[in-house]
Amino acid sequence: MSFVSFGFIAFLAALIVLYYIVPKRVQWMLLLAGSVFFYAFAGWKAMIFIAVTALSTWLAGLLIGRRAAARDAYLKEHGGELDRDAKKAYKARVKKQTYLIMALCLALNLGILAVIKYTDFGISILNGIFRLNLGYFRFALPMGISFYIFQSMGYIIDVYRGKYAPEKNPARFALFVSFFPQLLQGPISRFDELGKTLYGPHAFDWNNISKGAWRVLWGYFKKVIVADRLITVVTGLAGGPEKYKGVYVVALVFFYAIELYADFTGGIDITIGVAQMLGIEVAENFDRPFFSLNITEYWRRWHITMGTWFRDYIFYPLSVSPRMLKISKWSRDKLGQAIGKRVPVYLSTIIVWFVTGLWHGAAWNFIVWGLLNCLVIIVSQELAPLYQRFHKRFKFSNTKGYNVFQMFRTFWLMGFIRVLDVYRDVPVTFRQVGTVFTHWNWGRLFDGSLLKLGLGWQDFVVVLLACGVMLAVSIMQNKGQVRDRLIRRPAAIRAALFVLIVLLIMVFGAYGIGYDAGQFIYVQF
Amino acid sequence: MDELLQILDEIHGGVDYENCTTLIDDGILDSFDIISIITEVSSAFDVQIPANEIVPDNFNSAAALWKLIERLEDE
Repeated sequence: MSFVSFGFIAFLAALIVLYYIVPKRVQWMLLLAGSVFFYAFAGWKAMIFIAVTALSTWLAGLLIGRRAAARDAYLKEHGGELDRDAKKAYKARVKKQTYLIMALCLALNLGILAVIKYTDFGISILNGIFRLNLGYFRFALPMGISFYIFQSMGYIIDVYRGKYAPEKNPARFALFVSFFPQLLQGPISRFDELGKTLYGPHAFDWNNISKGAWRVLWGYFKKVIVADRLITVVTGLAGGPEKYKGVYVVALVFFYAIELYADFTGGIDITIGVAQMLGIEVAENFDRPFFSLNITEYWRRWHITMGTWFRDYIFYPLSVSPRMLKISKWSRDKLGQAIGKRVPVYLSTIIVWFVTGLWHGAAWNFIVWGLLNCLVIIVSQELAPLYQRFHKRFKFSNTKGYNVFQMFRTFWLMGFIRVLDVYRDVPVTFRQVGTVFTHWNWGRLFDGSLLKLGLGWQDFVVVLLACGVMLAVSIMQNKGQVRDRLIRRPAAIRAALFVLIVLLIMVFGAYGIGYDAGQFIYVQF
Repeated sequence: MDELLQILDEIHGGVDYENCTTLIDDGILDSFDIISIITEVSSAFDVQIPANEIVPDNFNSAAALWKLIERLEDE
């Protein structure tokens, strides 16, 4: 069921009414039923996969929790009889057991993800290397699998680390895995954070309903007026690399940046807004990323929950693993302090970005995309002292104008790396980006050629105006949430504005007869 | 504690480690420094600092880091 459908709006309205009518202790059960209903639209096969993940992770968490509780009870009773070494040995033994349970759970779930998502990619590599002709399986990717598996894996690692106690009730845990607003494209929530509000009880609160509805509306505005309108241009430009070179590539970079931003942040706005209407707090996933001054900052502000997931569950554990510590020690001894210091961090950074690329899709373009991001981050890190000297030497580098230049630079740098997503072919992407410097056809921007890409001038005006609104709202957010200020306005003004935006969405949304909204881009990951 | 201060100074000099309590919050130590500190501390004090202990509270000051080392030595 797409967020952008009348079916979803009807489902949501019915669910919200029921949610505040039923006894508060069963609200979470209703949400689980709603999530199952929502997911059922993806087919029963997809439901089996999510059920396996939920059940196996819940069970593993329970076993780890029981083992840890038994350890604590034993130490409480017999701790006084054991010396320090015996205690350490006992703890290490239990840790090994709990580690094994966690590892089995990770292996099962990551194994499922690997088989479904990466088998064909592996076959294509084998076919390429050994000139084989192996057939492809073409498994259908269960909806949201990369998101809910990563969310579940975060949970089991946290339970293993003793960050919190495991959830004992399988149905409550199933809700954490399958909570419908975030099932399609995240955010990748943490159990201890989402769990605070997920299970209620929630009394009806008009403030939550109102703020949530504004957020949902804002998400629809971005999705159907901007993102869905730009699909035509982006797919047209990306689909004709022979025809669209030079300035067309620049246009593609720009339009895809806007489309992806409007699509992904719009989807997350809907997710967070829907959750808020239910009284549930979902983690923010964006912090106005196009205002970032450099790529490292950009990745702190774009798809935040994915970034922190990779940091907490891959980057840090990898960097401080005994093996990496050995490599670090060795490289310091053999290669000197300066290089040795960099080895574990850079090695972990490369691995994390390789995995991040792979997470986005089983294709070389995603892997190269990840590694290019990594390259820019490492180069920026190496150039940091130079930048610092530059900033000290030239005072203008602290001005607003220079900051705008930095945002502009980051936007385009990220944009050019991002087009790997749309060409889906590494050599084609590099060739196309190369034509920006060899194919001088900038006049195409002004001779009406852009109007032959499937959108009329009216569409471009709508996109331009909508982008202006998005920019204005982002700037206003410097002073806090725009909704907080809106809510202080008289009810009549608020109602009029709400109706106006609904009308704008209905009139200027990119749809027509038999309309089926464009799928959210991140759903495919 | 003196040994820890020496390690910190060797990895990232020019910081008043005895008094500074915002090493992470103020961005004085970056991920490079943190990983380097963990490497040195692990071998100097024979403790393993697990990934879940890499939180600002444990790295914002030398005293907090020292407390972490003592706790991990006890475990």
